[in-house]
Amino acid sequence: MTEEIIIAGFGGQGVLSMGKILAYSGIMQGQEVSWMPSYGPEMRGGTANVAVILSDDRINSPILHEFDTAIILNQQSMDKFESTVKPGGLLLYDPNGIIHPPTRKDINIAIIEGAKEASEMNNRKVFNMIVMGAYLKLHPIVKMENIHKGLEKSLPSRHHNMIPMNEDAIQVGMNKVKWQLNLN
Amino acid sequence: MEELKLMKGNEALAEAAIRAGADAYFGYPITPQSEVIEYLMVQRPEKRTGMVVLQAESEVAAINMVYGAAGAGKKVMTSSSSPGISLKLEGISYIAGAELPCLIVNVMRGGPGLGTIQPSQADYFQAVKGGGHGDYRLIVLAPSTVQEMADFVDRGFELAFKYRTPVMILADGAIGQMMEKVYLPDPKPRLTDEEVIEKHGSWATTGRSGRKQNIITSLNLKSEVQEHHNQDLQAKYKEIEAHETDHEEIQCEDAEYLMVAFGTSARICQKVIQLGREKGLKLGLIRPITLWPYPTKAIEKYAGKVKGFMSVEMNAGQMVEDVRLAVNGKSPVVHFGRMGGMIATPGEVLNAVENHLKTL
Repeated sequence: MTEEIIIAGFGGQGVLSMGKILAYSGIMQGQEVSWMPSYGPEMRGGTANVAVILSDDRINSPILHEFDTAIILNQQSMDKFESTVKPGGLLLYDPNGIIHPPTRKDINIAIIEGAKEASEMNNRKVFNMIVMGAYLKLHPIVKMENIHKGLEKSLPSRHHNMIPMNEDAIQVGMNKVKWQLNLN
Repeated sequence: MEELKLMKGNEALAEAAIRAGADAYFGYPITPQSEVIEYLMVQRPEKRTGMVVLQAESEVAAINMVYGAAGAGKKVMTSSSSPGISLKLEGISYIAGAELPCLIVNVMRGGPGLGTIQPSQADYFQAVKGGGHGDYRLIVLAPSTVQEMADFVDRGFELAFKYRTPVMILADGAIGQMMEKVYLPDPKPRLTDEEVIEKHGSWATTGRSGRKQNIITSLNLKSEVQEHHNQDLQAKYKEIEAHETDHEEIQCEDAEYLMVAFGTSARICQKVIQLGREKGLKLGLIRPITLWPYPTKAIEKYAGKVKGFMSVEMNAGQMVEDVRLAVNGKSPVVHFGRMGGMIATPGEVLNAVENHLKTL
């Protein structure tokens, strides 16, 4: 199994840390992982993205031109990455702030209203975990127990009291994700 | 016991420096390698091992601190990115001339000038063909994984002391910034002055007592003496070429077409092999691990036997010259690359390979 994911949105949405938690969870599952962030001027200008690969085999290139899954959290990223999803792949997005929703007919498209759910939980910080939960519902590539270990590894120990809250948010994402287009 | 972590290349390198028993790091921050000094500062290695970590007032100061510490027989390193390495070159030439061991890390970004902060491999010429003045060489190691960012620190120090010569790790912004699994090596203790002498001989300025004077200098005003010194250096470089050349061959056995690439480009080319073979193209890759000494013989072996070669680099075509020297006209050789901080995708490289194959 190899899963190649692009996660893209604004800086501050937790894009890079979502990728890091996925990567750590993959390690806990005994997989090979890579985490390749955008670190350039675009990061300083507001947008952030990270390519995460989880694989049972050695990972060749951390740099990719097409992905199994795109998790898209703003319009700029939709414009940039909608076309990079492999046919039959998955595009998961938060419609908040999206003016031009995805139009492709050859990929699976799912919606998670992460910003809305986070504000209903009164906790904007768990936005990225809601989105990650939605993704894991559709592509259960790592077991929940390994996600738990991934959270433990990637959060500093002084923040470990926040793990249950993050796991609740993951559950919310799993419950609330819905299809825009399901090819299967 | 080895320890498994998820780390950025820059962090893995910094941690490996502490574990290699380095005595000192002198540097000045610059993107995309600032995590090296940041990580070292957070780790407080002066408490862990007694290692000195100091942010100098400039790159020039940092390399001269390296010169001084290396002259005292210390295991010392510095790191920077392209424009910062340009500033260090005078010091690097002096260190090579004075025959001192040290480790220099270049996490390359796009140039020329201040350029960009995005990944690049445009300092190949600077690293392997000189950079600084005079007839000197650096041993240049090219990591292509975060694991190698960690492993090449100890390997670099060992080579530096074995040959009393500066060693460079030539990485790029992508390897510096990306995170992968890394098995951290077991810590080695720092050596005492006595242990350094026992292991590497007495050449450092450790304080004279009952031995001849040790002089560290790169200045010889008598041309005859300076030429003799150059002959010694060249003999040493011959030794290094004979014993330290290293490379990796990936799916070359049945390949009809070979790519040559190092660092991040070599990772991309491994994906190109996979995509190409899915289409029935028998592609392979030669990955130089030492850029100097260059794995000329490894490439020569396939010259005339494959349809062609492509040197894939994040620059306008630098290593391709060394590939051409090795192939020596026996097969067509082309270059493919992006510049200025752009990274070629596997799809782009495959396209270029297919286009070259059509002409053969």
